[in-house]
Amino acid sequence: MNIDQWLKENTFHHSKFEDVAELVRLKEKQGLTISLCIPTLNEEKTIGKEIVIFKSELMIKNRLVDEIAVIDSGSTDSTREVAASFGADVYLAKEILPELGERRGKGENLWKAIYQLKGDVIVYIDADIKNIHPRFVYGLVGPLLNSSEIRYVKAFYERPLATSHGIRPSGGGRVTEILVRPLFSLFFPELTALIQPLSGEYAARREVLERIPFPIGYGVETSHLIDIYQMFGMGALAQTDLDQRVHRNQSTRDLGKMAFGIMQTFFSKAETLGVIKGIPKLNHVLRQFETDDNIFQSVEYEIMEEERPPMIEIEAYRRKRKYED
Amino acid sequence: MSTKTDTLVSIIGNLPEYRKKLKDLKDIIISNLVMVGEIPAPTFSEEKRVEFMLERFGELELQNSSTDEAGNAVGILPGKVGNNNIIVVAHLDTIYSEQVDHTITVQPDHIIGAGVGDNSLGLAVILTLPLMLNHLGIELDSNLVLLGASRSLGRGDLEGLRFFLSNTELPIVSGVSIEGIQLGRISYSSIGMIRGEISCIVPEEYDWTRFGAVGAIITMNEVINRILEIPIPKRPRTTIVFSSITGGTTTFAKIPKSAVLRFEIRSESGEMVHEVLQRIEDIGADVSYRSGAEVSIDIFSQRQPGGIDFSHPLTRSVREIMRALNIKPRISPSTSELAAFIDQKIPAVTLGITTGERRDDGKEVIEVEPIFTGLAQIIGLILSIDRGIGIEHRSMA
Repeated sequence: MNIDQWLKENTFHHSKFEDVAELVRLKEKQGLTISLCIPTLNEEKTIGKEIVIFKSELMIKNRLVDEIAVIDSGSTDSTREVAASFGADVYLAKEILPELGERRGKGENLWKAIYQLKGDVIVYIDADIKNIHPRFVYGLVGPLLNSSEIRYVKAFYERPLATSHGIRPSGGGRVTEILVRPLFSLFFPELTALIQPLSGEYAARREVLERIPFPIGYGVETSHLIDIYQMFGMGALAQTDLDQRVHRNQSTRDLGKMAFGIMQTFFSKAETLGVIKGIPKLNHVLRQFETDDNIFQSVEYEIMEEERPPMIEIEAYRRKRKYED
Repeated sequence: MSTKTDTLVSIIGNLPEYRKKLKDLKDIIISNLVMVGEIPAPTFSEEKRVEFMLERFGELELQNSSTDEAGNAVGILPGKVGNNNIIVVAHLDTIYSEQVDHTITVQPDHIIGAGVGDNSLGLAVILTLPLMLNHLGIELDSNLVLLGASRSLGRGDLEGLRFFLSNTELPIVSGVSIEGIQLGRISYSSIGMIRGEISCIVPEEYDWTRFGAVGAIITMNEVINRILEIPIPKRPRTTIVFSSITGGTTTFAKIPKSAVLRFEIRSESGEMVHEVLQRIEDIGADVSYRSGAEVSIDIFSQRQPGGIDFSHPLTRSVREIMRALNIKPRISPSTSELAAFIDQKIPAVTLGITTGERRDDGKEVIEVEPIFTGLAQIIGLILSIDRGIGIEHRSMA
């Protein structure tokens, strides 16, 4: 499938799926259940609104979502209490599959959600979205319910704050445009069709999620796209424009750490797939610099992109899902 | 389930139970509040909110859900009999421009954001009322006209509600105007009011060499001093409020060429309002003549005093309902939607839903728990009107 054709056929706008009652009908016809997972770490300011909106619009008024779960990395604020008070199922990531140990990172929460949540489809939504709206869920679930070929739907956010008519640049944030899209262009050109490959909102079928490994840190989104592309081809991927997403901005230094983690994941994945050969052992220390009265000194960050194996390889999961060996 | 609601006593007897049951709808009420409240709606730009309201009215399968020439959002919940119509109204517009951050924060016990109390909560009540009645097993005899009123504030001067009341063919028995805050508020009469702006502009050809040529701010100061000298009577109670003043530039060395003062005259007597206005107009003309600056007065909002009595069945019902729900009543005259009802001689009250405040940063904070008391109060009042208890079958004073 060429990129233009894919963009035409597998890129949607959320408004196409705003008839939620119709989505519920499709869901019931296909006998599917849908779980919503919100990974959190100190999100007390935004989590309450996310849960109340999703619960009211997508569980009470329409039964599109069967379960709303917060998987928390150990917040030190009142995130878990606020989430529970609005009726979400709240879990501490370290208490899920405790025998497999504890890793710190958003990818860990996403991976453990596969074990903990019941749905045939899992929707992941970040907790820091200020302008939360039901479209964040129905826009991602819509393509899955309308096409059995689509298995993984990624969000992108296209509506600019101000625009004029005609052609204008489009794309992702700084890390996408400076790092990920150039890397995809070099090694996986078809994946460049994903407008915002790093967006934290996506919906996927369980049968896909349980079969792919999960880096626990910054590289999880990049890793997913490469794996699903390799396993199922571009036809399994889709993307939905959710208009605007208002969230807190990250500093350039934080984006540097993100880029460092993504590159580790990317090179490791590219080597495993035989796309790049002979990569030396990678260093896990990122150095950034600061100055005090014109004296420069380096600050070192150890960023190690560990990876969780496909969930289907975990014995406890296979037992829980009653999978036969 | 049918409920025995024929007398005020039986209505009041049910209110604590209603309050409890309405908590089941907490998520839907907050969700409606957030979704409507995050759509900016400065006066004269309420279209997106209207669109949202109509979408919701459609989901609720209300009759005649539509907008009108004035940009209101209207939906009708038909009653069993349908001979009478009760209007429940909340204004759609806010004092916040589109540039203001409209993000709302939801916490377990409070909600924060621009306009959450004034009046997103009021609109959320309108949007949830049909579900509330259904949840409580209440069927009304009267039609319930749910109205999101456009162009209410400031220069809007209640245009939306006035238009609807002037043009609807429905016989309206009563109006209930809802404001998010404060719970306990009862407004059943309107005071006389005139609201406007005094502009002081120094013309380009101004002679800066003449003695005392000091620019627009000093001239406006002279206007203010002169207004403060106007004798204000104790009876009828009358006040002049200066609500804002703007003028000058950010540069120290520049003589300001313009200044604007916003003011409001309030009085129990309509004649007194006009008498004070006449004095202000005279002051404007005199200062203009003496200073050489152009002093002009623009009036954009007026209310005639009037309303129902303290002993009217509608206000009596409200007081009984508040007593039953342990709400401390605060009776205050209103300059809000009530005035439009008064002009049409329709008995009406304005009630608040919860407690809250406007913070120094301009955002509003409202408490969640009292909302259910405020809602039970609204349900009680609608029922009392519907059952003919809150209605007096004679024309208003």
